[in-house]
Amino acid sequence: MLVTNLAILVLAGFVGYAVISKVPNTLHTPLMSGTNAIHGIVVLGGILLLVEGLADGALNKILLVIAVAFGTINVVGGFLVTDRMLEMFKAKPKELVEADAPEEGTA
Amino acid sequence: MIASFVTDPSFRSILYIIAFGLFIYGLSGLTGPKTAVRGNRIAAVGMGVAVIATLLVPHVSNIVLIVLGVAIGTAVGVPAARQVKMTQMPQMVALFNGVGGGAVALIAWVEFRDSHGFADVPTYVAIFSVFAAIVGSVSFWGSNVAFGKLQELIDGGSKVIGSAQIQSMINVALGAIAVACGTAIVAGSDNELLMIALLVSAGLLGIFLVLPIGGADMPVVISLLNAFTGLSAAATGVALDNTALIVAGMIVGASGTLLTQQMAIAMNRSITSVIAGGFGGTIEAAAGATSASGGTVRSTSAADVAIQMAYARLVVVVPGYGMAVSQAQHAVREMAKLLEAKGVEVKYAIHPVAGRMPGHMNVLLAEADVPYDQLREMDDINGEFSRTDVALVIGANDVTNPDARNKSDSPIYGMPILNVDESASVIVLKRSMSSGYAGIDNPLFVNPKTSMLFGDAKGSVADITEELKVL
Repeated sequence: MLVTNLAILVLAGFVGYAVISKVPNTLHTPLMSGTNAIHGIVVLGGILLLVEGLADGALNKILLVIAVAFGTINVVGGFLVTDRMLEMFKAKPKELVEADAPEEGTA
Repeated sequence: MIASFVTDPSFRSILYIIAFGLFIYGLSGLTGPKTAVRGNRIAAVGMGVAVIATLLVPHVSNIVLIVLGVAIGTAVGVPAARQVKMTQMPQMVALFNGVGGGAVALIAWVEFRDSHGFADVPTYVAIFSVFAAIVGSVSFWGSNVAFGKLQELIDGGSKVIGSAQIQSMINVALGAIAVACGTAIVAGSDNELLMIALLVSAGLLGIFLVLPIGGADMPVVISLLNAFTGLSAAATGVALDNTALIVAGMIVGASGTLLTQQMAIAMNRSITSVIAGGFGGTIEAAAGATSASGGTVRSTSAADVAIQMAYARLVVVVPGYGMAVSQAQHAVREMAKLLEAKGVEVKYAIHPVAGRMPGHMNVLLAEADVPYDQLREMDDINGEFSRTDVALVIGANDVTNPDARNKSDSPIYGMPILNVDESASVIVLKRSMSSGYAGIDNPLFVNPKTSMLFGDAKGSVADITEELKVL
């Protein structure tokens, strides 16, 4: 199991390197926030420990709920914000451009 | 029958394979602006598949807690992602990165508690979990400090305890404490204080690593922290025997590493020298010598700039962090539209480290609807400055400094720059004559070809636009 997983680990590293090296500088911010969303997959770790009923005790459960919440922020926020950015890189029809004022908000 | 099929571990494994297949396919869509939106959504679908697969167990426990965690995360993440301004993107990415690292560290902690100090699991699980705990904690606290600096909650300048040497000794000590605690845990100790000491010392290390790093080095730091969180997620995957986590984490680790390298190359600095803390001492020593560059600064008016550009054939806009600070991207686009209407060709020269994260300027200009094909990377545009009539530098400084090319004793010597000084004339929009992040003089400003338009970038660009309208 360990050896298989290590093989997957190494191969995934090379695949990642190969795929990402083709991304142009222009798209580096969306790339970063997109990959950022993907590492939010650690949420699976929290869900896994909870759903299989492995972690007993109040503190364990509290920690895992926080972990799941953190992971979800990472995933949901990451994909949404990447989507927003990438939409801007697509060419828009001329009429829409004027109405597209910057949104107000806080981080 | 169906229930036993979907809860079969092989079925779950197949779903995980589908999920990481979708991640890789989706990310490969990011190579172009037309396929990128779809690529990101495909990756998001992959994430959905992975989450559903995880829930497919014969006896579902704690579903209420899972829903609670997801609900809290959604309630925080969605509004943040929808409302953040494009200029604030670097700190948003830092924050999202941080919570990912935090989740990794918390999961490792629970695993420790749950397995009686890893007594019930193979040694390799303990090793990977300890690695995940250390790196996750560094990433969580480091990213939060990066967020604080970018959001200007923490002073952005370099900060060290004592001197840089003392600071790096403290960092080495903190790293050693974390590793020592980890080693003791792997060796068999089930003392929870060791785990807490590990998390705290790694957290302090994360804080101290990022605290001294100044604004212009942020692209390197954010890329590095992204790589850290990815690698720690992959380690969690090995510990939990979860292929989706391994593949996804490793892809992010590779991507972050690659970006970190590219950013460091674009600044001509090693990653270690960035982490060692800003330009620091070397600059102060050099500053005295370089400040005597002499020459006079020519200041100009919006009307003159407008006239000069209106009769140009090619205008190249060089944006920097100053454009982001004053949110001038929409004003710049307005101005460019008027110029184009007058038959002037407009291009944008983007230095890889302009701004506070990789590709920061591109996102801002895309927000203002600048066509993708006008955004030019450094290597691509540098050949064109010799036929450029006007180079309009908006809030950029060090990335245009000719000393990086010409002056071997300059602290930024060897850093690839945009050769704006090759164009027929240069106009620099700048708040004042203060020096850039590196704290060194820029001879471009006293070049006879250069004129300066002082003031807030957004206001200056708007003034130029008004002048263009009446021409």
